[in-house]
Amino acid sequence: MIDKTTLWIVIIGLGLGSFFLRFVFTGLVGDRAMPPWLLRHLRYTAVAVLPALVAPQVLWPTATGGETDPSRLAAAAAALAVGLITKNVIGAMLAGGCTLYGMLYLLG
Amino acid sequence: MTTTTLKSAYVRGVIAGSPFILVIIPFASLFGLLAAEAGLNVIEALVFSLVVIAGAAQFTALQLMQEEAPTIVVLASALAVNLRMAMYSASLTPFIGSAPLWQRAFAAYLTVDQSYVVAVAKYEKEPQMTVPQRMGYFFGAVTPIVPLWYIFTVVGALLGAQVPDSWALDFAIPITFLAMIAPMFRTLAHVVAAFVAVVVSLLAAGVPYSLGLIIAGVAGMIAGAATEKRLEQRAGTAP
Repeated sequence: MIDKTTLWIVIIGLGLGSFFLRFVFTGLVGDRAMPPWLLRHLRYTAVAVLPALVAPQVLWPTATGGETDPSRLAAAAAALAVGLITKNVIGAMLAGGCTLYGMLYLLG
Repeated sequence: MTTTTLKSAYVRGVIAGSPFILVIIPFASLFGLLAAEAGLNVIEALVFSLVVIAGAAQFTALQLMQEEAPTIVVLASALAVNLRMAMYSASLTPFIGSAPLWQRAFAAYLTVDQSYVVAVAKYEKEPQMTVPQRMGYFFGAVTPIVPLWYIFTVVGALLGAQVPDSWALDFAIPITFLAMIAPMFRTLAHVVAAFVAVVVSLLAAGVPYSLGLIIAGVAGMIAGAATEKRLEQRAGTAP
Protein backbone atom coordinates (compact mmCIF):
# COMPACT_ATOMS: atom_id res chain seq x y z
CA MET A 1 0.00 0.00 0.00
CA ILE A 2 1.34 3.41 -0.95
CA ASP A 3 2.03 5.72 1.97
CA LYS A 4 -0.35 8.72 1.84
CA THR A 5 2.28 11.33 2.65
CA THR A 6 4.55 9.98 -0.10
CA LEU A 7 1.62 9.98 -2.51
CA TRP A 8 0.81 13.65 -1.91
CA ILE A 9 4.45 14.72 -2.07
CA VAL A 10 4.74 12.92 -5.42
CA ILE A 11 1.50 14.36 -6.80
CA ILE A 12 2.40 17.94 -5.87
CA GLY A 13 6.08 17.64 -6.75
CA LEU A 14 5.33 16.01 -10.07
CA GLY A 15 2.67 18.62 -10.84
CA LEU A 16 5.00 21.54 -10.14
CA GLY A 17 7.94 19.90 -11.92
CA SER A 18 5.88 19.03 -15.00
CA PHE A 19 4.50 22.54 -15.19
CA PHE A 20 7.99 23.96 -14.98
CA LEU A 21 9.17 21.70 -17.85
CA ARG A 22 6.21 22.75 -19.99
CA PHE A 23 6.58 26.46 -19.20
CA VAL A 24 10.36 26.79 -19.22
CA PHE A 25 10.65 28.04 -22.82
CA THR A 26 7.23 29.44 -23.74
CA GLY A 27 7.10 31.26 -20.40
CA LEU A 28 10.65 32.35 -19.75
CA VAL A 29 11.94 32.90 -23.29
CA GLY A 30 8.63 34.21 -24.60
CA ASP A 31 8.99 36.45 -27.64
CA ARG A 32 12.73 37.00 -27.32
CA ALA A 33 14.41 35.86 -30.52
CA MET A 34 16.13 32.50 -30.33
CA PRO A 35 19.33 31.86 -32.29
CA PRO A 36 18.85 30.41 -35.81
CA TRP A 37 20.86 27.25 -35.06
CA LEU A 38 18.51 26.49 -32.15
CA LEU A 39 15.40 27.10 -34.26
CA ARG A 40 16.84 24.83 -36.92
CA HIS A 41 17.08 22.03 -34.35
CA LEU A 42 13.68 22.70 -32.82
CA ARG A 43 12.01 22.22 -36.20
CA TYR A 44 12.76 18.51 -35.84
CA THR A 45 11.49 18.05 -32.26
CA ALA A 46 8.20 16.40 -33.20
CA VAL A 47 9.52 14.12 -35.95
CA ALA A 48 12.39 12.98 -33.70
CA VAL A 49 10.82 12.63 -30.24
CA LEU A 50 7.51 10.95 -31.12
CA PRO A 51 8.95 8.19 -33.35
CA ALA A 52 11.61 7.60 -30.66
CA LEU A 53 8.83 7.35 -28.07
CA VAL A 54 6.89 4.69 -29.99
CA ALA A 55 9.71 2.69 -31.63
CA PRO A 56 10.49 0.51 -28.58
CA GLN A 57 6.75 -0.07 -27.99
CA VAL A 58 6.36 -1.18 -31.61
CA LEU A 59 9.26 -3.62 -31.53
CA TRP A 60 8.97 -4.80 -27.94
CA PRO A 61 5.39 -4.24 -26.72
CA THR A 62 4.84 -4.47 -22.95
CA ALA A 63 1.55 -6.28 -23.56
CA THR A 64 3.40 -9.30 -25.01
CA GLY A 65 6.07 -9.18 -22.33
CA GLY A 66 8.50 -7.48 -24.69
CA GLU A 67 8.27 -10.12 -27.40
CA THR A 68 8.04 -8.79 -30.96
CA ASP A 69 4.49 -9.26 -32.20
CA PRO A 70 3.78 -9.53 -35.96
CA SER A 71 0.28 -8.03 -35.54
CA ARG A 72 1.53 -4.90 -33.81
CA LEU A 73 4.45 -4.57 -36.21
CA ALA A 74 2.12 -4.80 -39.21
CA ALA A 75 -0.33 -2.33 -37.63
CA ALA A 76 2.43 0.21 -37.06
CA ALA A 77 3.69 -0.22 -40.62
CA ALA A 78 0.16 0.19 -42.01
CA ALA A 79 -0.50 3.37 -40.01
CA LEU A 80 2.83 4.84 -41.08
CA ALA A 81 2.47 3.87 -44.74
CA VAL A 82 -1.11 5.16 -45.10
CA GLY A 83 -0.13 8.35 -43.27
CA LEU A 84 2.85 8.91 -45.55
CA ILE A 85 0.92 8.24 -48.75
CA THR A 86 -2.43 9.88 -48.02
CA LYS A 87 -1.37 12.52 -45.44
CA ASN A 88 -4.70 11.64 -43.80
CA VAL A 89 -4.44 11.18 -40.04
CA ILE A 90 -7.78 9.45 -39.50
CA GLY A 91 -7.23 7.17 -42.49
CA ALA A 92 -3.85 6.20 -41.07
CA MET A 93 -5.34 5.48 -37.63
CA LEU A 94 -8.08 3.34 -39.15
CA ALA A 95 -5.54 1.46 -41.29
CA GLY A 96 -3.46 0.75 -38.19
CA GLY A 97 -6.44 -0.29 -36.08
CA CYS A 98 -7.97 -2.55 -38.75
CA THR A 99 -4.60 -4.17 -39.45
CA LEU A 100 -4.07 -4.81 -35.74
CA TYR A 101 -7.47 -6.42 -35.15
CA GLY A 102 -7.39 -8.25 -38.49
CA MET A 103 -4.00 -9.77 -37.76
CA LEU A 104 -4.84 -10.58 -34.14
CA TYR A 105 -7.98 -12.34 -35.37
CA LEU A 106 -6.21 -14.26 -38.14
CA LEU A 107 -3.26 -15.27 -35.99
CA GLY A 108 -5.55 -16.15 -33.09
CA MET B 1 -14.41 39.71 -38.02
CA THR B 2 -11.52 38.73 -35.77
CA THR B 3 -13.84 36.83 -33.45
CA THR B 4 -15.07 34.70 -36.36
CA THR B 5 -11.55 33.73 -37.43
CA LEU B 6 -10.65 33.05 -33.80
CA LYS B 7 -13.71 30.93 -33.35
CA SER B 8 -12.97 29.01 -36.53
CA ALA B 9 -9.36 28.43 -35.39
CA TYR B 10 -10.74 27.06 -32.14
CA VAL B 11 -13.25 24.84 -33.95
CA ARG B 12 -10.58 23.55 -36.34
CA GLY B 13 -8.48 22.73 -33.29
CA VAL B 14 -11.35 20.77 -31.73
CA ILE B 15 -11.75 18.79 -34.96
CA ALA B 16 -8.01 18.08 -35.20
CA GLY B 17 -7.85 16.95 -31.58
CA SER B 18 -10.93 14.74 -31.65
CA PRO B 19 -9.35 11.54 -33.10
CA PHE B 20 -7.39 11.34 -29.86
CA ILE B 21 -10.63 10.72 -27.95
CA LEU B 22 -10.17 7.07 -28.97
CA VAL B 23 -6.78 7.03 -27.28
CA ILE B 24 -7.46 9.09 -24.20
CA ILE B 25 -10.48 7.12 -23.02
CA PRO B 26 -8.67 3.76 -22.68
CA PHE B 27 -5.46 5.40 -21.48
CA ALA B 28 -7.13 7.45 -18.73
CA SER B 29 -9.31 4.51 -17.70
CA LEU B 30 -6.23 2.35 -17.42
CA PHE B 31 -4.57 4.89 -15.15
CA GLY B 32 -7.69 5.01 -12.99
CA LEU B 33 -7.77 1.21 -12.82
CA LEU B 34 -4.12 0.89 -11.87
CA ALA B 35 -4.41 3.71 -9.34
CA ALA B 36 -7.36 1.91 -7.72
CA GLU B 37 -5.40 -1.34 -7.70
CA ALA B 38 -2.50 0.50 -6.05
CA GLY B 39 -4.84 1.58 -3.25
CA LEU B 40 -5.62 5.16 -4.29
CA ASN B 41 -9.19 6.31 -3.76
CA VAL B 42 -11.17 8.07 -6.51
CA ILE B 43 -10.32 11.58 -5.24
CA GLU B 44 -6.61 10.82 -5.09
CA ALA B 45 -6.62 9.36 -8.60
CA LEU B 46 -8.52 12.37 -9.94
CA VAL B 47 -6.25 14.91 -8.27
CA PHE B 48 -3.25 13.02 -9.64
CA SER B 49 -4.62 13.39 -13.19
CA LEU B 50 -5.72 17.01 -12.62
CA VAL B 51 -2.39 18.18 -11.25
CA VAL B 52 -0.03 16.24 -13.50
CA ILE B 53 -1.91 15.44 -16.78
CA ALA B 54 0.93 13.34 -18.16
CA GLY B 55 0.03 9.71 -18.72
CA ALA B 56 3.47 8.14 -19.05
CA ALA B 57 4.87 10.05 -16.05
CA GLN B 58 1.83 9.12 -13.94
CA PHE B 59 2.23 5.44 -14.80
CA THR B 60 5.93 5.63 -13.95
CA ALA B 61 5.31 7.32 -10.60
CA LEU B 62 2.58 4.86 -9.68
CA GLN B 63 4.75 1.88 -10.57
CA LEU B 64 7.73 3.13 -8.55
CA MET B 65 5.62 4.05 -5.52
CA GLN B 66 4.23 0.52 -5.50
CA GLU B 67 7.80 -0.76 -5.53
CA GLU B 68 8.40 1.54 -2.52
CA ALA B 69 11.18 3.42 -4.28
CA PRO B 70 12.49 6.49 -2.37
CA THR B 71 10.31 9.57 -3.01
CA ILE B 72 13.15 11.44 -4.66
CA VAL B 73 13.69 8.56 -7.11
CA VAL B 74 9.98 8.50 -7.91
CA LEU B 75 9.99 12.22 -8.65
CA ALA B 76 13.22 12.21 -10.63
CA SER B 77 12.17 9.24 -12.78
CA ALA B 78 8.71 10.57 -13.53
CA LEU B 79 10.11 14.00 -14.37
CA ALA B 80 12.72 12.40 -16.64
CA VAL B 81 9.87 10.71 -18.50
CA ASN B 82 8.39 14.19 -18.87
CA LEU B 83 11.61 15.90 -20.01
CA ARG B 84 10.29 15.84 -23.56
CA MET B 85 7.76 18.47 -22.44
CA ALA B 86 10.62 20.95 -22.16
CA MET B 87 11.55 20.14 -25.75
CA TYR B 88 7.93 20.69 -26.79
CA SER B 89 7.93 23.99 -24.92
CA ALA B 90 11.06 25.09 -26.77
CA SER B 91 9.58 23.99 -30.07
CA LEU B 92 6.34 25.93 -29.46
CA THR B 93 8.09 29.12 -28.35
CA PRO B 94 8.74 30.57 -31.85
CA PHE B 95 5.02 30.16 -32.61
CA ILE B 96 3.28 31.27 -29.42
CA GLY B 97 6.05 33.04 -27.46
CA SER B 98 4.43 36.46 -27.92
CA ALA B 99 1.01 35.46 -26.58
CA PRO B 100 -0.07 36.96 -23.21
CA LEU B 101 1.63 35.35 -20.22
CA TRP B 102 -1.58 33.90 -18.76
CA GLN B 103 -2.35 32.18 -22.07
CA ARG B 104 1.16 30.76 -22.24
CA ALA B 105 0.86 29.52 -18.65
CA PHE B 106 -2.48 27.92 -19.44
CA ALA B 107 -1.09 26.37 -22.64
CA ALA B 108 1.91 25.07 -20.67
CA TYR B 109 -0.38 23.27 -18.23
CA LEU B 110 -2.23 21.78 -21.22
CA THR B 111 0.87 20.70 -23.17
CA VAL B 112 0.63 16.95 -23.70
CA ASP B 113 1.92 14.80 -26.57
CA GLN B 114 -1.40 15.07 -28.39
CA SER B 115 -1.94 18.82 -28.12
CA TYR B 116 1.67 19.47 -29.02
CA VAL B 117 1.69 17.32 -32.14
CA VAL B 118 -1.66 18.63 -33.37
CA ALA B 119 -0.64 22.24 -32.83
CA VAL B 120 2.89 22.13 -34.20
CA ALA B 121 1.81 20.24 -37.33
CA LYS B 122 -0.72 22.99 -38.03
CA TYR B 123 1.65 25.89 -37.24
CA GLU B 124 4.25 24.48 -39.63
CA LYS B 125 1.70 23.91 -42.36
CA GLU B 126 0.12 27.36 -42.06
CA PRO B 127 2.85 29.82 -41.10
CA GLN B 128 0.55 32.78 -41.82
CA MET B 129 -1.62 32.00 -38.75
CA THR B 130 -1.70 34.86 -36.23
CA VAL B 131 -0.67 34.27 -32.63
CA PRO B 132 -4.26 34.55 -31.31
CA GLN B 133 -5.38 32.05 -33.96
CA ARG B 134 -2.59 29.70 -32.90
CA MET B 135 -3.67 29.93 -29.27
CA GLY B 136 -7.30 29.38 -30.29
CA TYR B 137 -6.28 26.33 -32.27
CA PHE B 138 -4.23 24.99 -29.35
CA PHE B 139 -7.06 25.40 -26.85
CA GLY B 140 -9.42 23.84 -29.38
CA ALA B 141 -7.15 20.81 -29.74
CA VAL B 142 -7.10 20.15 -25.98
CA THR B 143 -10.87 20.61 -25.54
CA PRO B 144 -11.83 17.06 -26.60
CA ILE B 145 -8.75 15.54 -24.91
CA VAL B 146 -8.06 16.91 -21.44
CA PRO B 147 -11.57 16.80 -19.88
CA LEU B 148 -11.79 13.15 -20.93
CA TRP B 149 -8.46 12.52 -19.23
CA TYR B 150 -10.02 13.63 -15.94
CA ILE B 151 -13.38 11.96 -16.45
CA PHE B 152 -12.04 8.57 -17.48
CA THR B 153 -9.49 8.53 -14.68
CA VAL B 154 -12.52 8.60 -12.39
CA VAL B 155 -14.39 6.01 -14.45
CA GLY B 156 -11.37 3.69 -14.37
CA ALA B 157 -10.91 4.19 -10.64
CA LEU B 158 -14.60 3.45 -10.03
CA LEU B 159 -14.67 0.38 -12.27
CA GLY B 160 -11.60 -1.05 -10.63
CA ALA B 161 -11.79 -4.05 -12.96
CA GLN B 162 -9.31 -4.91 -15.67
CA VAL B 163 -9.95 -4.15 -19.35
CA PRO B 164 -9.38 -7.46 -21.17
CA ASP B 165 -5.86 -7.68 -22.62
CA SER B 166 -7.34 -9.08 -25.83
CA TRP B 167 -8.52 -5.55 -26.73
CA ALA B 168 -4.87 -4.69 -27.33
CA LEU B 169 -5.54 -1.11 -26.20
CA ASP B 170 -1.87 -0.74 -25.33
CA PHE B 171 -1.29 -0.25 -29.03
CA ALA B 172 -3.70 2.65 -29.50
CA ILE B 173 -0.95 5.07 -28.54
CA PRO B 174 1.75 3.96 -31.02
CA ILE B 175 -0.80 3.85 -33.85
CA THR B 176 -2.15 7.33 -33.24
CA PHE B 177 1.29 8.87 -32.89
CA LEU B 178 2.52 7.23 -36.09
CA ALA B 179 -0.62 8.37 -37.88
CA MET B 180 -0.09 11.94 -36.64
CA ILE B 181 3.58 12.07 -37.46
CA ALA B 182 3.58 10.50 -40.94
CA PRO B 183 2.08 13.55 -42.71
CA MET B 184 4.81 15.72 -41.14
CA PHE B 185 7.58 14.05 -43.18
CA ARG B 186 7.83 16.76 -45.80
CA THR B 187 11.55 16.86 -46.54
CA LEU B 188 14.51 14.49 -46.49
CA ALA B 189 15.64 16.21 -43.29
CA HIS B 190 12.44 15.15 -41.50
CA VAL B 191 12.95 11.54 -42.59
CA VAL B 192 16.60 11.55 -41.49
CA ALA B 193 15.65 13.07 -38.10
CA ALA B 194 13.03 10.38 -37.48
CA PHE B 195 15.25 7.56 -38.71
CA VAL B 196 18.19 8.54 -36.49
CA ALA B 197 15.89 9.08 -33.50
CA VAL B 198 14.32 5.64 -33.94
CA VAL B 199 17.68 3.86 -34.29
CA VAL B 200 19.12 5.63 -31.24
CA SER B 201 15.97 5.02 -29.17
CA LEU B 202 16.25 1.27 -29.87
CA LEU B 203 19.95 1.23 -29.05
CA ALA B 204 19.37 3.28 -25.88
CA ALA B 205 16.27 1.36 -24.75
CA GLY B 206 18.19 0.02 -21.75
CA VAL B 207 19.18 3.47 -20.43
CA PRO B 208 17.37 3.96 -17.10
CA TYR B 209 14.67 6.54 -16.26
CA SER B 210 13.56 6.91 -19.90
CA LEU B 211 16.62 9.02 -20.60
CA GLY B 212 17.14 6.98 -23.76
CA LEU B 213 14.19 8.89 -25.23
CA ILE B 214 15.83 12.25 -24.59
CA ILE B 215 19.16 11.06 -26.03
CA ALA B 216 17.33 9.73 -29.10
CA GLY B 217 15.31 12.92 -29.51
CA VAL B 218 18.37 15.14 -29.36
CA ALA B 219 20.25 12.87 -31.79
CA GLY B 220 17.33 13.02 -34.23
CA MET B 221 17.09 16.80 -33.96
CA ILE B 222 20.83 17.19 -34.61
CA ALA B 223 20.60 14.86 -37.61
CA GLY B 224 17.59 16.74 -39.00
CA ALA B 225 19.21 20.15 -38.57
CA ALA B 226 22.49 18.95 -40.13
CA THR B 227 20.64 17.49 -43.12
CA GLU B 228 18.67 20.70 -43.59
CA LYS B 229 21.86 22.74 -43.56
CA ARG B 230 23.55 20.37 -46.02
CA LEU B 231 20.57 20.57 -48.39
CA GLU B 232 20.51 24.36 -48.18
CA GLN B 233 24.22 24.59 -48.95
CA ARG B 234 23.79 22.27 -51.91
CA ALA B 235 20.87 24.33 -53.19
CA GLY B 236 22.91 27.52 -52.65
CA THR B 237 25.88 26.32 -54.71
CA ALA B 238 23.72 24.99 -57.55
CA PRO B 239 23.72 27.21 -60.65
